[in-house]
Formats: sequence, structure tokens, C-alpha cells
Amino acid sequence: MSNIAGLFNYWVVIFLMMAGFFVVISQGNLVKKIIGLSLFQASAFILYISIGHVSGGEVPIYVEGSNLYSNPLPHVLILTAIVVSVSTTAVGLAIIIRIKETYNTVEEDEIQIIDNRKDDEDEPVEEEHPAEQKEDQS
Amino acid sequence: MSVVDHLPILIIIIPLIAAPLCVLFDSAKVSWLLALAACIFSFIGSIKLLNTITASGPISYSLGGWQPPWGIEYRLDLLSIILLLLLTSIASLVVLFARYSVEQEISKNRIVPFYATLLLAIAGLSGICISGDVFNLFVFLEISSIASYTLISLGKDRRALNAAFKYLVMGTIGATFILIGIGFLYMQTGTLNMQDLSERLPSLYDNRTIRAGFAFLTVGICLKLALFPLHLWLPNAYAYAPSVVSAFLAATATKVAVYMLLRFLLTVFDFNFSLNTMPLDVILIALGSVAIVSSSLVAIFQVNLKRLLAYSSIAQLGYISLSIGLASKLGIASAIIHLFNHALMKGALFLALGAMIYKVGGAELKHCQGMLKRMPLTSLAIIIGGLSLIGIPGTAGFISKWYMINASLEAGLWPLALLILFGSLLAIIYVWKMVEAITLQPSTSTATAPLTRDEAPLTMLVPIWALVIANIYYGINTELTVSLAQRAANILVGGY
Amino acid sequence: MELSITLMLALLLVPLTVAIALPFFNSSPNLREAVTLFGSIVLLICAAMLYQTIDFDNPPQLILAIPLPNYPILFSPDPLGIMFSLLVSTLWPITSLYAIGYMRQHKELNQTRFYCFFALSIAVTQAIALSGNMLTLFIFYEMLTLATFPLVTHAGSKQAKQAGRLYLGILMGTSIMFLLLATIWSANIAGTLAFQADGIFPADTDPFLLNILLLLFVFGTAKAALMPFHRWLPAAMVAPVPVSALLHAVAVVKAGVFTLLKVVIYLFGIDNISLLPAADFLAYLAGFTIVAASLIALKQDNIKARLAYSTIGQLSYIILGAMLATSSSIMGSSMHIVTHAFGKITLFFCAGAILLATHKTRVSELNGIGKQIPITLCCFTLAALSTIGLPPFAGMWSKWWLVQGTIESGQLILTASLLISSLLNLIYLLEIPLRAFFFQQSTTPLTFKEPLSPHLLAIGTTTLLCLLLFLKPDVLYHLINLIDKGL
Repeated sequence: MSNIAGLFNYWVVIFLMMAGFFVVISQGNLVKKIIGLSLFQASAFILYISIGHVSGGEVPIYVEGSNLYSNPLPHVLILTAIVVSVSTTAVGLAIIIRIKETYNTVEEDEIQIIDNRKDDEDEPVEEEHPAEQKEDQS
Repeated sequence: MSVVDHLPILIIIIPLIAAPLCVLFDSAKVSWLLALAACIFSFIGSIKLLNTITASGPISYSLGGWQPPWGIEYRLDLLSIILLLLLTSIASLVVLFARYSVEQEISKNRIVPFYATLLLAIAGLSGICISGDVFNLFVFLEISSIASYTLISLGKDRRALNAAFKYLVMGTIGATFILIGIGFLYMQTGTLNMQDLSERLPSLYDNRTIRAGFAFLTVGICLKLALFPLHLWLPNAYAYAPSVVSAFLAATATKVAVYMLLRFLLTVFDFNFSLNTMPLDVILIALGSVAIVSSSLVAIFQVNLKRLLAYSSIAQLGYISLSIGLASKLGIASAIIHLFNHALMKGALFLALGAMIYKVGGAELKHCQGMLKRMPLTSLAIIIGGLSLIGIPGTAGFISKWYMINASLEAGLWPLALLILFGSLLAIIYVWKMVEAITLQPSTSTATAPLTRDEAPLTMLVPIWALVIANIYYGINTELTVSLAQRAANILVGGY
Repeated sequence: MELSITLMLALLLVPLTVAIALPFFNSSPNLREAVTLFGSIVLLICAAMLYQTIDFDNPPQLILAIPLPNYPILFSPDPLGIMFSLLVSTLWPITSLYAIGYMRQHKELNQTRFYCFFALSIAVTQAIALSGNMLTLFIFYEMLTLATFPLVTHAGSKQAKQAGRLYLGILMGTSIMFLLLATIWSANIAGTLAFQADGIFPADTDPFLLNILLLLFVFGTAKAALMPFHRWLPAAMVAPVPVSALLHAVAVVKAGVFTLLKVVIYLFGIDNISLLPAADFLAYLAGFTIVAASLIALKQDNIKARLAYSTIGQLSYIILGAMLATSSSIMGSSMHIVTHAFGKITLFFCAGAILLATHKTRVSELNGIGKQIPITLCCFTLAALSTIGLPPFAGMWSKWWLVQGTIESGQLILTASLLISSLLNLIYLLEIPLRAFFFQQSTTPLTFKEPLSPHLLAIGTTTLLCLLLFLKPDVLYHLINLIDKGL
């Protein structure tokens, strides 16, 4: 019992972690990658928060006559981590906006094609000086 | 209480406060001056702390007066101060360099936020070195990482954006792994303080959760460290970022990641567990070896010099990982020595390339033609930096190679010694590619600029040559680096 | 003692100062040449004084820095080092004289850069000669490769670049992969790298390890041009003649064999060497190189290439002597360093003079030029006789000792290889004066065209010295005996 049903919070964590990770890896759209990243980070948050609970413990606000409280520290830690996650998401989205302005797309493979095309376009500049090109290759 | 007592926190706070101040004043020149002042303050503070630590042992500073292990503790021992010194000195030099470099590479309205973000990055990296609390370390890690993502995206080439994004995704995954690892440790021990953890963990070494936490932590840190095969973010990030950022990150960010690795492996967990019980010694040696060979080989074929140096950095980090994997005091000491020396080398090289970009407009092989006549001092700096990468005697690189080979021989693993030397051979090839392009190529007659001497401005030359001279100095007078590294290694490895 | 240390410092600093000062004289070539000549003569005086004043029982020690604990950058010369230092100091002024004549007449570009790096290379070679431990020697061995690189690629042509890459690749590749490994490994085993009379390895060192180390040391010293790492020498012939003469007939290659001799005598100890099967293998490899190089030299039409392969063979004489490690063979090797140097430098000088006077670089084109440049070719003949090992020239003594050494150690195959190669030397070296004097030019007859010039003076001096060393080898013998005494 305590191995499967009792540990359901860990199953949620694992599911979210793998789902998020999968989205990051498999999706080509940059915004979706960020979403996957958020999912991934959320799983870590749930890991922390869920372990804070002490069975039989009170909410961690001081009440007369209670000795056992749930641990408030993980909540505090995760607040910090959520702030970090939000900042990361914000920076990620800001970069996506700039990518959209520059490339006019947020699909990873299209960006790759545009970059490769630009590289190929640079080639003719090299070929204007075939003599030097040959010498460079010696 | 005097300033000196609060130095550990001030070193982080001053750059942190200077960042919004930059934005407040909204002037490029003032931002630059503020940044320079903050970095120099941190540097002087680090020197003061170095003296204190070498005299009387580690410093412990409780944040806000709350006593550890409930409060957050800042703990500075010899390894921390070595890295802090390295970080602050390079930050100062890089900011000095940045004055003219960013004017050309970053669009005008972004220069002030650039300095602010740079200061945040510096504050974050300093915090990692100083922190004695694992979660606090994670927070500073993320501060510095987010700042790095932003800094990289400011590059002139539009591919910088994609590079920054990729780095963001990979870096966040790495940091989250570290977070999960910390979570596992917290779950089992109930504490976040490094000293407290090191006391509570030994009895829990057989616990599966602790081992899982160890694994998550190591993978997360190795991603930040760009250990093969988690290095894919580094080449593009360094190649397309602004020169100042490449130089700064190459010389500091990955080194701080090595610091994190050493801190977790040797202080939080102990030497015996990390490198003997867990198979990390074999893994680090194997991955380090592959990194050295594969990255050096890829570097040989690069046309973009910044990318070449980025791949070279991955190879050098392979050397450091290999040395750590040797699992001996000499191994750890040689890793620390190479960490220090490599920061000097790469800092000098990237800054010199930055000067080249400033004057010539690009850092590909085709831009190098006629460099020796046009920018002799910069070219000489690149040549000396390159020689140091190869490991020519008389430069800092030779000293690192000596110690690493010695450590391999001492561990009885002479094939590794051969591998390290083979890596030097590969380095000869890609360094010589750079040197030949600079010196021997005949200048193109179609070049628009005639070959007059057009050296980089003084604020650029001074940092470059400070690092180059440091390279040569620490190749000859190794007392400081070697003795500090060995003492640090002895403390970290402890009684083993 | 104080004087010796000051002189040692002078030996290092004088050429270095010349190298640094020369760029300032770029605008006035005559002044620049004067600085070089003056510096070289001062160097010679210092070297001679050091030889006079040094006390070998109590050698002076000069420590510049201590980069690694226990392994300082130490200068502490022994008789072999003093001999090498004297050799280089003697030949630098003569070569400078030659270079002045040659470079001007040949209208070479970038002459300041040439003289600058030349002086720098001399400084580094002096440092090698005066080294007191293997670390110092290794450091300056590497620096010599770098200092001579701009000289090898002086011409700046595609061919020069290729040659430079090969030069650097072989020399640096072998020195990093093998020599550095051997140095660090030895340091690890012995705890010290200082040159000592009986070697540094403790008596209980695994002999298998010693064999491996010897192989690493020898193959790591590619400057000694032992096959298969000899290709850089013919490639480096693309450099101007003064460079080939001083550096690749004297300084660079002699630094290589000097390193080997120091390793054999002072790191391993000659008693220990003779016990190692690797030494026998290397002796045979040297013997093979001697014969193979001589055979290849026969087929070379380009004069400098022929001389290059001759050098490879002659260097292996020295390696052979070192590997046999008997008293006579070591004396022969040490002596050969000097006698071969004088002979070879003269040969190269003459090759350059031939190029200047007749614009010919190939042996097959030399028919009948004896009428044009008789003095040059006379000197060539005399130097060739010295290289072959015939009296009354210095080369005979060193060959004598080497042959003695092979007989003493019972390696008669090697004696045969020495004698065969002498025969081959005779053929391929004397072909040139033979063609020049006794064959007829098919085209119009040529007139005497040999004005007195600096380079002719230089050639004459070195030829005279070949003769002199045979008749009055006092200084040389004194040093050789000291080396022997120390064994």
C-alpha cells in the first residue's frame, strides 16, 4: 500500500517531470518549449511542497496546544524557486519575441533553415577571389 | 561592525545594488564607471579576505545574524577565495575592456541594461562562490544563469538569439536537476546548510534517495560545466555573444561550475563516497577523455575563431574533469591549477579576439589577414595565449599540463598521460591555424584598409596584456597558484 | 665563482639584448649589422672567458626561477655544455659575417627580422648549452623550435609555409608526446631532474621502465634527426643559406644531439645505458640511419638537400656513439659535435656562395664552375675531406674515436656501417668539386668571378679552423678529457 498509493505525490512529480521534459525535447515551437520547461519546473516544486506535509501535523501557524506542525520551509524555498522560474520564463519569452521580430517565425526548424540559407548566401563573397581561395587552402 | 567584517556579503551586495543604479542613471558612461567601481571593490575585498583566510582559516558569516544551521551561512574557505579572486579580477578587467567594445557590438539603447545585467551576473557568480547554503547556492546559480542568457542574446549576430534560447532551455533543465537533487538531500536530512549536511550525510550514504540526489546534482552541475555530452549549448553561446560576454563567461562561468562540482563532491559529500563508492571517477575520466579528443578535433575544423576557442574550452574542461576523476589530492590540486590558468588563457584570447572584432569587424579566419602588421600587440597576445593553450614551457599552460600528467602517472594511469599530451598535439594544430592566419597570410590587396598600424584602444589593450602577462608570470612564478591549490585540495580531500 | 655566474648571465643576455635592440636599427642597415657583429664578438669573448675561469669541480649554479617545486630553471654547465657554448659562440660572428655578405648580395627582404630571430636563437641555444637540469633543457629546447620557426619560413612563400608546418609539426609533436612525457616520468621516478654524473634513477628502478624512457627520450629529441623523425631537416632547407648553415648544421641539430648526450651521460649514466637492450636497438637504428641517409644523399641533385641528408647521417654518428656508451664512443661523439659543425658549416657556406656566384642550385649544373669560383670550391673540397674523416682534418679524430668505440663494444656491424658511410660520403661530397674542376662546361668558358667579400672571408675562416682543429686540438681535447674524467 505505502509503496504505490501512499506515494502518489511522487507519481505526479514523475509524470509532470517526464511530460515537461518530453515537450521540451519533442516540440519544435519555441513557445511550447517554454511551456514544457514550466511543466518540468512545476514538477520540482510539487516535489518539495508535497514532502513538507507531516502526517498528523497542523498548518504551520502557531495554535495553542499543538505540538506537531507541517514544515513551512519547503513552501518558502519553493516561493523563491517559483520566482526564479517566472524570471526564466519571462526572459525566455522575451528572447522568443526578439526571435519572432528577427526571423518572423518561432518554429525551431524554420529558424535553422533561415540560418543555413544565410550561411549559404555568405559563400559567394568567398568565391569572388578564387586565386586567394586556392592559396588559402594550401 | 566594520566594513571588513561584512565583506562576504558586501562583495555580493555592491554589484547587486550597482545594477539598478545603472538603470537609474541611464547613461552609458556612468554605467560603465559604476560597474568598474563595483568590480574593483569586490576585487579588493577578495584580496583582503584571501589574507584573512590564509592566516586564520575559513570565514563563516551568518546572514542577518541568524545562526546556522537555521540561518543562511556564508562560508569562505580556500577554494572559494581562489575562485572569488579569479572572478573579481577577470570581471574588473572585462568591464575595463567593455567600454569601447560594447559601443560597437550592442545597440545603443541596450548598453545601460547590458551593464546592469553584467553586474547581476557577477553578483550571482560571486554568490555561488561564497554561499554555504545549498539552496542559496541554487538561487545565485539561477541569478547568474538568467543574467547570462540575457547577456548572450545581446550579440550582434542574430544567431545569438537562438543560442541564448538553447542555453536557456538546457541551463534551466540543469538547474532544475540541481534543485531536485537538493530536494532529495533535504528530504532525508532536513537541513540545507553545507556544513550540517556534511555531518549528517555520512550515515545516510546507503540511502537510495541520497544516491539519487547525488546523481541529479552531478548531472545538473555537469550541464553547467559543459562536460561532454552536455556541452551542446556552449559553442554557439560563446561564438555569437558579444565579445565581452564571451570573454567573461569563458573565463568565469564554467569555472564556477567546476567549483560547484568540487564543493558538492568534496565538502557536502565526502571524497571517498563521491569518487570511490559512486563510480564518478570512472565517469569523469571517460567523459573527460572523450571531451578532450572530440572537441579538439572539432575545433580544428572551425572557421569562426570564437567557435574554435569555444570548442577548445570544452576540451580544457575535459582536462579538468579528468583530473578530478583521478581521485587523488594531486588530481584535485591540478584541476584547481588548470582552472585558474585556463581562465587566464581564455580570458586573454577572447578579449584579444574582441579587440580584433572592434577594429576589423569580425573574428573569422578571413578577417585575420595582415593582423600582425595592423594590430601587432593584439596579434602577439593571441600568439602567446595560443602557446599557453598548447602548453609551451614558460606559460601557465605548461604548469597545468605538468601537474595533470604528474597526477595521471601517480595514479598509475599512464595512458591518460599520453591522452593529455595528445590533446596538446591537437591544440598545436588549431592554435597554429590561428597563428598562421594572423602572421603568414599575405595581406589581400583588395582590403579596403591599407596596412597601417591601427592598434586597439588602451582600455582594451591593458586588460588583454594584463592577462597575457599573468599567463607568463604564473608560468614562471607558480608559488601562489600551486601552493593555494594544493592547500585547498588538502582541505577538500581531508584525511584521505 | 661570481665571475662565472656573471659570465653565464652575459652569455644569455648578450644575444638577447642584440635581438631586442635590432628593431631599433631598422632604418640603418650598416649600424644594424655592426650591432650584430659587435654582439657576437662580445659573446665569443664571454664564452672564452667562461671556459678559462670555470672550475668544473665546483660548477657555478645560476637559478633564474623555480616554476615547479624541486625543479628550478637552473644553469650549471659541465664540460660538454661549455664545449657546445664555445662552438656556437665561435660560429656566430663568422656566420654573421657570412650573412651580411649573402643577404645583401641576394637582396633578401625583412633582414632585420632575420637578424633579430637569429640572435634570439643564439640566446636560446646558449641557454640549452648551459642547462643544469632536464627541465631547463626542455624549456629552451621548445623555445628553440619557436625561435627558429620565423627563420625557416623567412621566404614567406607557399613552400616555406609548408616546410614550416612540417618543421613545427615534427619537432613540437615529438617533443610534447615523447620528450615531455619522458621528462615528467623521470621526475616522478627519480624526484630530481638535475644532471648528475651517475644518472638520477635509483638503482632499483624497473629496467623495462628505463628502456621505455630511453626510447621516449631519443624519439622525443627529433632535433637529432634520427629516422623516422628526420623529415624536418630536408624541409627546413627552404630557409636562407645562413640559417641552414648555422642553425640546421650547427645550433638546432647540435642542440638535439647535445640533449641526447646529456640524457645518456647525466640522466641515465653510461654504465646503466650499456645494460639496456633499447640502447642496442637505438644504436642499430642510428647505424641504419647513417647508411640510409648517405644512400639518399647520393640521389639528391639539389646541393642543399644533399648536404641536409649528409647532416642526418653525421648526426647519427653521434647518436651511435651515445648509445654505445663506451668511453671512446662518448669522446668520439662529443668531439664529432665540434668537428662536424665546422665541416658542415663550411659546406653550406660554399653552397650559398655557389648560388650567389652562379645562380645554380643543382649538382648536375656545376660542371666546370671551378674556373669561376676556385677558392670557394677549394674550401668545399677541404671541408668535404674533413666531413669524410680524412687527415689532415679535424673530422678524422672524431671518426677515429667512434670506430674505436664500435670495436670496443664488439658491434662490428656498426663499424662496417661507419666505414660504408665514409665511402658514400666520399662519393656524394667529392662529386661536386670533381664536376667543378674536372668536367667541362658545354657552354661558353667562364671567367674568374670571385671578388673578396664578407662571405668569402667567412668561408676561409671556417676552412682554416677545420685544419687548425686537426693540428692543434688543445682546447677541444682538454674539454673532451674533462668529460671523460667525469664519466
